[in-house]
Amino acid sequence: MTGLGSLFLTAAFVDNMPLTLFLGLCTFLALSKRPEAAVGLGVAMTGVLGVTVPLNHLIYQGLLAPGAWAWAGMPDLDLSYLSLIAFIGVIAAAVQLLEMILDRFFPAIHAAFGVFLPLLTVQCAILAGSLFMVERDYTLAQSLVFGLGSGTGFAVAVAMLAAIRTRLAYADLPAGLRGLGIAFVLTGLMSLGFASFAQMAAAQ
Amino acid sequence: MARRIDYWGVLTRQLISQNPVTLQILGICSALAVTTSLATALTMSVSLTVVLTLSAGIVSVIRHHIPDSIRLIVQIVIVASLVIVIDQVLQAYLPDISRALSVYVGLITTNCLVLGRTEAFARHNPPLPTMVDAFGNGLGYSFILLLLGGIRELFGKGELFGIEVLPLADAGGWFTPLSLMLLAPSAFFLLGLLVWAIRSLRPEQAEAPEYSPPRTATEAAE
Repeated sequence: MTGLGSLFLTAAFVDNMPLTLFLGLCTFLALSKRPEAAVGLGVAMTGVLGVTVPLNHLIYQGLLAPGAWAWAGMPDLDLSYLSLIAFIGVIAAAVQLLEMILDRFFPAIHAAFGVFLPLLTVQCAILAGSLFMVERDYTLAQSLVFGLGSGTGFAVAVAMLAAIRTRLAYADLPAGLRGLGIAFVLTGLMSLGFASFAQMAAAQ
Repeated sequence: MARRIDYWGVLTRQLISQNPVTLQILGICSALAVTTSLATALTMSVSLTVVLTLSAGIVSVIRHHIPDSIRLIVQIVIVASLVIVIDQVLQAYLPDISRALSVYVGLITTNCLVLGRTEAFARHNPPLPTMVDAFGNGLGYSFILLLLGGIRELFGKGELFGIEVLPLADAGGWFTPLSLMLLAPSAFFLLGLLVWAIRSLRPEQAEAPEYSPPRTATEAAE
């Protein structure tokens, strides 16, 4: 149990998706202008990552991993090179399904962040979650925790950046630094802060 | 002749004035992650340019046959297939660099730059201009990647392409490496400063202020 707990914290803070691994930066920067949008994006990310990573784990272990077809008399078959296409398909389908379920049963939530859901199909952080799951050989429980953890880390980071950017609204910045430039510098500063989590993990 | 000049313009305007990374905010994820050394940055640039050019060309060739409702899925499958090919080639011929790039090669699939170009340009244009445009975008991306990779490797390790340029203090030289340059924050700072520099040179790229402060009582009285 403690293993899973520390995996959650590692995924959320030490290996924070946008700040230390540079994943999902496009939406991270584009949707962090308003705190409400940022929180919606964070919740959607956590939901989609929590669903797709375990799902892709099942598909990878059951169909694509080397030796997965041994029961059918084909122990040498290695389909792992197909994983990219399979993962992207699963993610696109899961996002679509999630959107339909939310629309049908929780219209209020759907209205709150419906716009961001389709965008998540091409979010590199989500695909990376599944790729890391394969690279690090997680079990099913670990991949669920890893997905939820990295989603939470993303949500925390994007909400913080949005809060800081709103605060900066009245700051008199040089024209060239306005918008994208200052967003990068802020992200860098936050990334410095999150780097201290890595030090804590290393010290243990 | 006029058409050739047109192609040249399409190719070169992506380098600075329409740069995909600093102006259009496309494909930043990989731009920051792989720039700790010049060799990985170069590999990534070449891979992305190849995938971008070919996928834009293919999408453009079959653009009249893709139904509008499923075009995103078709485009993603084309891109993913090309990325798998590139990934296998890298694993076969450059295993060390392939390991250093880790999942980021696979992430070319979801690189917004690739999908952005196929969606915005390749869908409406014949193959040749599309491929020139995609190649130009790839060059613009590569330019930023190599610049960042060069700066980070030079100041972080005192090397370029693994060859010592600044003699290190440990080995009797004078240069103390800045290990911050190899960590995540420096990439954000460098790209932020780069954006600032480009926008100072070309003020028309600067973003309009989002809010204008309410006028104070003294200003209103004037």
